[in-house]
Amino acid sequence: MAPSIACVDGNEAAARIAYRLAEVVPIYPITPASPMGEWADAWSAKGQPNLWGTVPEVIEMQSEAGAAGVLHGAVQRGALATSFTSSQGLLLMLPNLFKIAGELSPLVLHVAARTVATHALSIFGDHSDVMAARTTGFAMLCASSVQEAHDFALIAHAATLRARVPFLHFFDGFRTSHEVNRIELLDDADLGALIDESAILAHRARRLTPDAPVLRGSAQNPDVFFQAREGCNPFYAAVPAIVTECFASLAARTGRHYGLADYVGAPDAERVIVLMGSGAGAAAECVDALVARGERVGLVVLRLFRPFPASALLAAIPPGARAIAVLDRTKEPGALGEPLYQDVVTAFAESERAMPRIVGGRYGLGSKEFTPAMAKGVFDALGAAAPRNHFTVGIVDDVTHTSLPWPRDFSTEGEGVRALFFGLGSDGTVGAAKSTVSIIASETPLFAQGYFVYDSKKSGAITISHVRFGPRPIRSTYQIERAEFVSVHRFDLLGRIDVAGRAAAGARLLLNSPHPADTVWEHLPRDVQEQVLARNLEVWVIDADRVARDVGMGHHINTVMQPCFFALSGVLPRDRALAAIRRSIEKTYTKRGPAVVSRNLAAVDRALSELHPVAIPAAARSQITRRTFVPDTAPEFVQRVTARLLEGQGDLLPVSALPPDGTFPTATARYEKRAIAQEIPAWDPALCIDCGKCAVVCPHAAIRMKVYPAADAAGAPDGFLSKPFRSRELPDHALTIQVAPDDCTGCGVCVEICPAKSKREVKHKAIDMVPVADRRERERASFAFFLAIPQLDPTLLDPGTIKNAQTREPLFEFSGACAGCGETPYLKLLSQLFGDHLVIANATGCSSIYGGNLPTTPWTTNAAGRGPAWANSLFEDDAEFGFGMRIAFERQVDEARRLLRALAPRVGTVLAHETLGESGHDDAAIARQRVRVAELKRRLDALDDPDARRLASLADDLVRKSVWVVGGDGWAYDIGSPGLDHVLASGRDVNVLVLDTQVYSNTGGQASKATPRGAVAKFAASGKSSPRKDLGLLASAYGNVYVAQVALGGDDAQTQKALREADAWHGPSLVIAYSTCIAHGIDMRQSMAHQRDAVRSGFWPLWRYHPGSDPHQHPFQLDSHAPQLPLRAFAETEARFAMLLRSDPARADELLALAQADADERWRHYTQLAGLERSVIEAPAKPDPEGTS
Amino acid sequence: MTDLSSHYLGFVLRTPLVASSSPLTGSLDGLRRLEDAGVAAVVLPSLFEEQLTGDSLAVHNALEAGAGVFAEALDYLPDLERYEVGPDSYLERIAAAKRSLRIPVIASLNGATLGGWVEHARLIEQAGADALELNLYQVAADPTHDAATVEAREIELVETVRAGIEIPLAIKLSPFYTAFGHFARRAVGVGAQGLVLFNRFYQPDIDLDALEVTPNLVLSRSEEVRLPLRWVAMLRRRVTASLAATSGVHTTEDVLKLLFAGADATMLASALLERGPQRIGELERALDAWLTQREYESVEQMKGSVSQAAVADPEAYERAQYLRTLRSWSSPRRH
Repeated sequence: MAPSIACVDGNEAAARIAYRLAEVVPIYPITPASPMGEWADAWSAKGQPNLWGTVPEVIEMQSEAGAAGVLHGAVQRGALATSFTSSQGLLLMLPNLFKIAGELSPLVLHVAARTVATHALSIFGDHSDVMAARTTGFAMLCASSVQEAHDFALIAHAATLRARVPFLHFFDGFRTSHEVNRIELLDDADLGALIDESAILAHRARRLTPDAPVLRGSAQNPDVFFQAREGCNPFYAAVPAIVTECFASLAARTGRHYGLADYVGAPDAERVIVLMGSGAGAAAECVDALVARGERVGLVVLRLFRPFPASALLAAIPPGARAIAVLDRTKEPGALGEPLYQDVVTAFAESERAMPRIVGGRYGLGSKEFTPAMAKGVFDALGAAAPRNHFTVGIVDDVTHTSLPWPRDFSTEGEGVRALFFGLGSDGTVGAAKSTVSIIASETPLFAQGYFVYDSKKSGAITISHVRFGPRPIRSTYQIERAEFVSVHRFDLLGRIDVAGRAAAGARLLLNSPHPADTVWEHLPRDVQEQVLARNLEVWVIDADRVARDVGMGHHINTVMQPCFFALSGVLPRDRALAAIRRSIEKTYTKRGPAVVSRNLAAVDRALSELHPVAIPAAARSQITRRTFVPDTAPEFVQRVTARLLEGQGDLLPVSALPPDGTFPTATARYEKRAIAQEIPAWDPALCIDCGKCAVVCPHAAIRMKVYPAADAAGAPDGFLSKPFRSRELPDHALTIQVAPDDCTGCGVCVEICPAKSKREVKHKAIDMVPVADRRERERASFAFFLAIPQLDPTLLDPGTIKNAQTREPLFEFSGACAGCGETPYLKLLSQLFGDHLVIANATGCSSIYGGNLPTTPWTTNAAGRGPAWANSLFEDDAEFGFGMRIAFERQVDEARRLLRALAPRVGTVLAHETLGESGHDDAAIARQRVRVAELKRRLDALDDPDARRLASLADDLVRKSVWVVGGDGWAYDIGSPGLDHVLASGRDVNVLVLDTQVYSNTGGQASKATPRGAVAKFAASGKSSPRKDLGLLASAYGNVYVAQVALGGDDAQTQKALREADAWHGPSLVIAYSTCIAHGIDMRQSMAHQRDAVRSGFWPLWRYHPGSDPHQHPFQLDSHAPQLPLRAFAETEARFAMLLRSDPARADELLALAQADADERWRHYTQLAGLERSVIEAPAKPDPEGTS
Repeated sequence: MTDLSSHYLGFVLRTPLVASSSPLTGSLDGLRRLEDAGVAAVVLPSLFEEQLTGDSLAVHNALEAGAGVFAEALDYLPDLERYEVGPDSYLERIAAAKRSLRIPVIASLNGATLGGWVEHARLIEQAGADALELNLYQVAADPTHDAATVEAREIELVETVRAGIEIPLAIKLSPFYTAFGHFARRAVGVGAQGLVLFNRFYQPDIDLDALEVTPNLVLSRSEEVRLPLRWVAMLRRRVTASLAATSGVHTTEDVLKLLFAGADATMLASALLERGPQRIGELERALDAWLTQREYESVEQMKGSVSQAAVADPEAYERAQYLRTLRSWSSPRRH
């Protein structure tokens, strides 16, 4: 029987096997492995059985460390266990991996190999994570393609049972985990044939049971530990043969032959590359091309890395090889060489074979491209008499000069067709490309591959889909440089990036264009016109947005553009292609309802009649130029580095251009000017009531409020608006609400919150959305003028109200978060209140991505150059990380005070006394202290004294600093929970802001312990059955922790009050901020209305726990009213609840009834708490070594 | 004991008391309670094509929001096994109602497209509904569409649906036609076997705090029965269709008046929501008592006996102005 063909990515390919061969599957989300867990959870939720007919238990844990514990426990009970992870997740599992291996427990861990964070986090692929696990005792099997990820998953599960050595099966993150390719599926008979049932029974027989009790996990002493540790040797010795046998069984059933180390190339090769992973595809293409030219080169692809199969490796390398380059996709600073290199050298050294020249090199770190040209660069280098060792390839290293040159014009792209699709945002481009790959693979004898490159932004992001198809299996594991078909799904991308430059000579260029075929030419930028002419491109246009709109599909243009691709590419006869697209639509969308199907079918029907060729004039005369990114006035670093990143030229930056320690300047998002909004807010000063609500809710700091002396508006450009500021404190001041037209995302949150309606026409508010095209230039000029107006002295207005606080400068601006993000307004407010003395420890998650993902950061500085200082450590340690900052700061303050006391006679006792005596926390106190410190530093400069230098280095810390720990609910409720608890228990002055979206937002909406009952989320696909953890209440149990539960859209004043009280509280503080999220399935424009209803329904009561020493005080303060709305009325407006109502109404009804009971009971509990008296038992005074203060 | 049975859409109803569509007829439990209380037939809540379309697009948009944009989160919600966004769950409710009830089950449909009306009507028939009530009312909001166009579209709709199904077809109408009687005749002419008078629908309201428009539906009151009363009376013996009266049917008196005017069925919703299914039994007993006391043999006997065609002063049904009322007050009543 012919094998089933499927188009899947590496994650699905591996997960399909893992799930079928498992009983217990503990999971935890981490990019890029999350989809494996999601698949397993989805299959389990719908009751899909494993090979033996039972449904595996798929259970989300609080961290990978927790998942590893479950794995360990499961194998102790003789269960078939598996899990999926990556990077830091794998590192969190390490202690248990040693244990599991040490106890010879069969188990497979599937790893989408990803970079371990060092100088920076990278979500992308390399082997630094799996190499960190190579000492655990796990066998390590590496797949280098999607098919191999499928096949080797089975090999790993089969071999581990027979060998009793646990297996780590890995493949390259993104390049393999996310590449869609045509594979042959293994069926149950294949699985059954390779899995040794007797080994399962033996594993089960070893389980921990009181019926035959044993003890494992003993503590051993120096007398026996060593001997016992050597006892595992025979098991490891047997692994290579077992894997070889499994490979042979697989080959017998499928015809796919694998060895422990496989060779391709000339039998008489002199120059050989050895590597593991997806780079094998690119290297093999290079080898084939060079061998065809008669070059004696070859490639060894290592499959089994641990136990290292030395003899198989040596056997694979042709005897005539005189120069070998071992390529490692990892870096071990300080090592003599990277691990694979060292092992290959050792293998030769330990053999009888003459030692060839062996060099090691690094490639592909953090998903850096590895192309056939780079492989050629390596072969070229091996041709030298003394090839360079410890080289890098793929970068330019102008610091230590490790990098090899490579021939940029070398390409192995030959037969077959390459297509590039440029999309913007969630326009369906990626989905359409995946569907196209699937159609080609299923409808034609052709092979097809899809790979998808995403932006670093979550709003207005550009996606590039790389699709190849051709008559032979596609192993091109690198991006398409030049395509025969280039499709641009948003016209203004032509002005943002060089898309035409990616078109091969004679290629077809398809544009989704609002301009018809006869006029589109004049709207093309000059460089596009020139490239069309120079490379003889054929240009086609379709107004896909109009078609999608007409058929009622909004901005989803996927089923409009897809038929155009098929029509123009000719990969299938047109009718067959259309029929296949229709089938694909029916298959994909039928369960979403007939309307979705019929509208998409209508889009297909309309598409081709709207597709038109463009007559190409003889000359390029356009005056339109592609946008330049950064003004000449930008700082040097921004011009030299950031600008390159913004242009998409980051690959060209040499080592010297980048900070070696990961330290970057802030205040860079302001140079990005992405101009992604179609509509921006327009302000009507005549209606405005100065409330500041538009500014406080703006997720992007793109609508701002400034108050200034009226005279400052002199010289304003036309169109700059202002009005008198309504204030008793500042009577002669003007107010302006100004939009940043190139930074606004057009989310509309400001308009929805605006309370000021026209008395003549209620739809007209003080803020309305208007098309950007009419106003961009005017608002650009106005915004520039607005920025130039000096910022109001913050001490002039008490920041106790939203209105006053919003006159302050946001020091968090223009983030790339989702349009309408519910988290970012809190961070912006934090920056407005405390920004110039704020230090932030940021947990990994959405906020670390929009906060710190290159090319720019939204954290910025004020005119004095002060602003939030920000750092991200990990996901799990944020509270501890911030705690470390806090206690370091406190010690430094102590030291500064000690030195100041000592130096007081020399710097002036009055100044010293005043500086040491400043106890105020407010802006005025901070301003006063800054003046004193400036004077102190001036006086210290004049002193020639080591203590003066020491004090000068710390003097700025005599000014108050706020340390805030920021993270999401995944961190606070789950993975970071023990650390957070410990830090809150410390009693120290650390402030914590939890941006609570009730799911793991950054990895795509997996359930956390903050997820409410009744909501569906990934890993809770049948609706979460348990209520959310009440983190605030737990924290308040300590009694001395300030706690607040806030929601900006519920009560903005309460939010602001809570942040200020938390900052002022001298002990630990925890503010839990309800953050609407795209994962809630809501219209983000209505973000604040959802927050309001969350509060009104009692779903998210607002409260503060304000500790104090008064024994009769009531620290628990309920700030919201008793529920006025049934919980269900709130829930029905959010897809996370509403989808379950449509999918499983009975379960939804049951869960929502329980959720209502949760809310009722919580309210009852809170109202009782509000009546309780409680006071803080003050901590003992800190011992003061000098006996003074 | 009077024979309370009444002919409606070809069915012999045990009484003229029918439950029109309401949340009560939306659940199997409610339907059983209604039947147990003695209701003669039930009209299920409408299948709203627009609602199905909206649900379908809502699911699609929720699943596609933010999808395929960011490497770490290729989507944000799990794609569930199934969604009840098509007509399936509605059709299943019809089938379930048919399985557990003995009384006629009348389905109701509010389409949005001609294709949708016809397709859904067929599916409803296949699901086992005994009859179909087309919920025809839409606000003719576009001032560029004239009455003739609007009416022609509706007539075409009735005709097309009639041609597509076998089961009895009623249409539920609004009173807002320039020449209602004429339209009713045309509808009957193209195949409507029953007229349900009248639809009560969402009406806009204004929230004075938010200054927002808030459409909603309020429960009917007895006074509203006057409007169907007039038109039932005027159409009785002028059209060949069954006539059902709905809107404001709360009391025995309401029912009696409508029957005298010529209604074959009197449909209740607000009364049942306010007082529960047992209201049916109360009305039935009171109706029986009233008719028995006055020695009526049957409902069929008295039905339409005070219709416009049956009264001595047919103009009474047409009087619409104060002036005429005044004149009639000044004239002695003719008996």
